[in-house]
Amino acid sequence: MINPALRRQVINIYKELLNLGREYPLGYEYFQTRLHRAFASQAGLQNDEEIKKGIERAEYVKKEVEALYYVKRYRALRQRYAEN
Amino acid sequence: MSTALKILVPIKRVIDYAIKPRVNSARTAIETAGVKHSMNPFDELSIEAAVRMRERGTPAVTDILALSVGPPKCVDVLRTAMAMGADRSIHVEISDAEVKEKGELEPLGVAKLLKSVVEKEQRNLVILGKQSIDDDSNQTGQMLAGLLGWGQATQASKIEFEGDNVSVTREVDGGVETLRCPLPMVITTDLRLNEPRYASLPNIMKAKKNKLEKMTLQDFGVDEGRRLKTLKVEEPPARQGGGKVEDVDGMIKKLKELGAI
Repeated sequence: MINPALRRQVINIYKELLNLGREYPLGYEYFQTRLHRAFASQAGLQNDEEIKKGIERAEYVKKEVEALYYVKRYRALRQRYAEN
Repeated sequence: MSTALKILVPIKRVIDYAIKPRVNSARTAIETAGVKHSMNPFDELSIEAAVRMRERGTPAVTDILALSVGPPKCVDVLRTAMAMGADRSIHVEISDAEVKEKGELEPLGVAKLLKSVVEKEQRNLVILGKQSIDDDSNQTGQMLAGLLGWGQATQASKIEFEGDNVSVTREVDGGVETLRCPLPMVITTDLRLNEPRYASLPNIMKAKKNKLEKMTLQDFGVDEGRRLKTLKVEEPPARQGGGKVEDVDGMIKKLKELGAI
């Protein structure tokens, strides 16, 4: 039996990642297909502990993507304004 | 006991930094229709600075007010600002038709409007982005400080509080400069001040409950006359590609041709 609280968490993080993907440099299509594949490959998990680990990994990816966006923008702006 | 902060963060909606701007066919302005817009990146830094002040807690921050002036779609950037942590916002609306006819508000007009907002809302700290990435004027903060008669610290790369004094570090040619200034004051942000947080989906949803007031320039009685006239907008000349030389002799020949040796 799958824990409903965890199920909700998984759906929420999936939605958040999808939302992040809308600005992905390689396009939403690229991001969405890979994200879907990554989640689908873990769909069979039954053990609560394993699902929690999966959620942690998703949170980690979320942070990485946010950091990627920040660095990309920072570099673009630095090139335009800070280095003459 | 230090004074509690009431912060005003003015923000601007601009063409996204990643988009290559195109000149319109009439050569009077940049094409904005159907182009992705987002919050001016320097304004994200100022929102983040304000939110971090509240998180630090000393001195206490009573209220963070975000403000944007421009066409109806500016609401999007105000929502983003509130998702990042601003408490409420004011949208001073100028209709699309008016923007098209007269152009957007100029720095002096914005500064006059902000002055009126500062007085009405009793702000004691204004944090602005140092410039917007569309017209790069870098004037609004300075003009606002002048109109209010407040101290100003532009291009801040670090902000620290010492009682009622604010010490602001700014990067200047060949080093850093530290300014100390009593409140109230105007600060403008530079790129290295902080790393703005991402406005996440749940926070955007939560921020929908925050108060967003719609106002007009007439509400503030601001003279919004345009003083500047854009004569022509042109693309920069295309960059000429470099050439490859076969060997050392070829290079020497080329250099001689150019008169370099």
